[in-house]
Amino acid sequence: MGRRFRAFYAAAVIAVAALAAATVVALVLEAIGASPWATFRVILTGPLQDRFGITEILVRSVPLILVALGVAISFRSGILNIGAEGQILIGILCATGVALAVPEWPRPVLLPLCLVAGALGGALWGGIAGVLRAKLDVNEILSTVMLNYIAAQLYTFMLRGPLIDPAELMTGSGTPQSMRLPRSAWLERLVPGTRLHSGLLLALVLAGLVWVLLWRTTLGFRMRASGAGSKAARYAGIRVERSLVVAMLLAGGFAGLAGAVEVLGVHHRAIENISSGYGFAAIVVALFGGLHPAGIVPAAIFFGLLLVGADMTQRSAGIPANMVLVLQGAIILAIVSARMYVDDPYARQRAARLLGRFLPGGKAGA
Amino acid sequence: MNEPIRELALEGITKRFPGILACNRVSLEVRRGEALALVGENGAGKSTLMNILAGLYQPDEGSIRVNGEVVRFASPADAFDRGIGMVHQNFMLVPSMTVTENVALGMKALHRRIRLDLKEARRRVLEVSAHHELPVNPDAPVWQLSVGEQQRVELVKTLCLGARLLILDEPTSALTPQETDDLLDRLRRMMAELSIIFISHKLNEVKALSDRVTILRHGEVVFHGSTADHSTAELAALMTGRDVVQPRNEQSGAPGREVLTVRALRVRGDRGNLALDGLDLDVRAGEILGLAGVSGNGQRELADALAGLRPVESGSIRLDGAEIAHASPRRIIDGGMGYVPEDRHHEGIVGPFSVEENLVLKDVGKAGFSRHGFLRPGEIHRNAEELRERFDIRCSSTAAAAGTLSGGNIQKVILARELARGPKALVAVYPTRGVDMGAAEFIHGQLLALRRSSAGILLVSEELEEVMALSDRIAVIYKGRILEVLASRDATRRTLGLLMAGVPLG
Repeated sequence: MGRRFRAFYAAAVIAVAALAAATVVALVLEAIGASPWATFRVILTGPLQDRFGITEILVRSVPLILVALGVAISFRSGILNIGAEGQILIGILCATGVALAVPEWPRPVLLPLCLVAGALGGALWGGIAGVLRAKLDVNEILSTVMLNYIAAQLYTFMLRGPLIDPAELMTGSGTPQSMRLPRSAWLERLVPGTRLHSGLLLALVLAGLVWVLLWRTTLGFRMRASGAGSKAARYAGIRVERSLVVAMLLAGGFAGLAGAVEVLGVHHRAIENISSGYGFAAIVVALFGGLHPAGIVPAAIFFGLLLVGADMTQRSAGIPANMVLVLQGAIILAIVSARMYVDDPYARQRAARLLGRFLPGGKAGA
Repeated sequence: MNEPIRELALEGITKRFPGILACNRVSLEVRRGEALALVGENGAGKSTLMNILAGLYQPDEGSIRVNGEVVRFASPADAFDRGIGMVHQNFMLVPSMTVTENVALGMKALHRRIRLDLKEARRRVLEVSAHHELPVNPDAPVWQLSVGEQQRVELVKTLCLGARLLILDEPTSALTPQETDDLLDRLRRMMAELSIIFISHKLNEVKALSDRVTILRHGEVVFHGSTADHSTAELAALMTGRDVVQPRNEQSGAPGREVLTVRALRVRGDRGNLALDGLDLDVRAGEILGLAGVSGNGQRELADALAGLRPVESGSIRLDGAEIAHASPRRIIDGGMGYVPEDRHHEGIVGPFSVEENLVLKDVGKAGFSRHGFLRPGEIHRNAEELRERFDIRCSSTAAAAGTLSGGNIQKVILARELARGPKALVAVYPTRGVDMGAAEFIHGQLLALRRSSAGILLVSEELEEVMALSDRIAVIYKGRILEVLASRDATRRTLGLLMAGVPLG
């Protein structure tokens, strides 16, 4: 079967899957009395109308890229990190804590320190699940989900207790949020008047580095081998357990870094609902991007568009922004089912034969 | 009881799978009371053809006739209704159930709403087993039975379901030589009432049992004729399309010092039992030590322990003088141990990885293939091209995923990786199981070449022909111990067979 036909087949399956996802969402929209066409138009074109919309897409894509890179590392190494959400929160706490502890330190020291602290915090949180899996064979899906709950409660506690802005206590409003971080710890804005910050550049550089790590270093080779064939890797003398722990440290580190970047670049203080589900959306981004940095970056930007577009529909058409979650769910189902068909040589051959019947003389199956 | 099958014919059967034509207009016929041997290399289309006959696959073209009437089998149940039963190579029995329960599973007639008539099933089992002289204990749980006994249960089960034509897919592959002879005897007696299609690539068994033989190559019938008129050598040539010369150990050269010594080794199996119980073994430089035995007597555990993949309870393993009984796989590999594992698809290669990557799986950290932790793709590629040439690895490109290669070529990838490392000792577990004759010939040649270069080789195999052709000495393993070590020239099929069954010499 020709390479061209295979590419065509994959593209066709994905197109059908996307159409199916859109249909499901259209039905839901219809059911709540909204116009699917208008909604889709707003979601897909609304954010692209002006500079604000476009930069906002990129702002949303930054944490998605960072977390998805970590997810890709973990999935490739054979451990499924579902705990990015919790790791993000720990990253936010660590970055905030450092920035508030030594606010007077000079910017060239403080900013990197905050980023590193966030990454280390996330790495620690992810590493727990990694060590539990490597040493005690605890299923990482269970442990990371449970660690998410712990992180969420810890986060709430910190914002209402030790980290709460003293001003909130004085005025008595008691909003659970930290003090504003010192300016020297902020990531600089790339486009004045928008929220686009230099975290984007960091994310793009790291995407390149992740590619180098996975496909150009011995460490990455061993991690991928552990994920793609743990038994054979073990027979070849590769320490699979070590790969798992390293993968979870890195995955957690990337999520923690995403939290730090989000608080240092966008919000400038720890508040509730910072993550707004990036940890889960990034899993979809990572899968959508084929667990490859070159796919993850565009996938993250596309999901950034969906997120911003969904916000706009809420404002312009009164559609709840949570509809984007329905869209996400539909897309996950579509991807997973589409992959079954893309990878199935039998289905491919049937399609080739079917096509051959409609195109006499065509050589689709040749 | 089904109507007897006087004549069964497959006519022009064609079956396509993605990328391959598994069967191309294959025709064959079997008459009552006849045994037809279906012979061919792996991938020749034997199993596909029989799966079509047993109703598991539907043919793309062609037809099946039973007693002159065209039939269509949409499922195995349809095939059974016409009296066609298949005994698969891997037994289809539920280990935790008794023999009777296993037989009752398939007997639809005994399933009454919510009740299952086990008494009737038990009666049928005893009846069939007495009639065909296939002794089985109807009340024994299957997991307690030996492989030979399980084979009889499969036969009884198939006969209870009313089979008048038995399809046997490589029925002797897991049996000792005595069990094999015994099975062939029983089958010969059963042929008074039944027809048999016998799939095999062991040509001596084909000669012993069948009246006629059909040879498939690349999905097509290349030969059809009477078994008695052709020698095994002729059949082998027809099967592979050329003259086959299986390399033999010429037994020259004196063996050197001991490179692998095992003393009083105790290792637990997966179920916590002592799979190796005080095993002693020596492999010397420049010799091939064949380890013969029925699989399941500790071979797997021994190979795992030698590779550092299974904890050693007690005892010692020395590789070229260095103790490795409790060493990590990495240290054992670096110490000069080569390993061709039993399950080549999962233990030997990382399937989704390219051939290139698999060829450096053990050595990616070595200076040749990486520098300061960074891979050297150029070197990795060059290495792959060189080994591909030297080991005749047939792949579209060295960037192709290793898992997409045929079994024989996967084995060549593994062998290339292990031999290129220049091992002091090599453990090869069932190195030619399931590969075709051409690849087996090549693999045997490579093992003999490694022997000449003064490595010590432990060849674990259940094929007596292979062990006897390649080994300098043959050790027989039985229940976790070495029962006897014989010089290869003193070993006969008979003595080895008895030893494998646990009967000590003299």
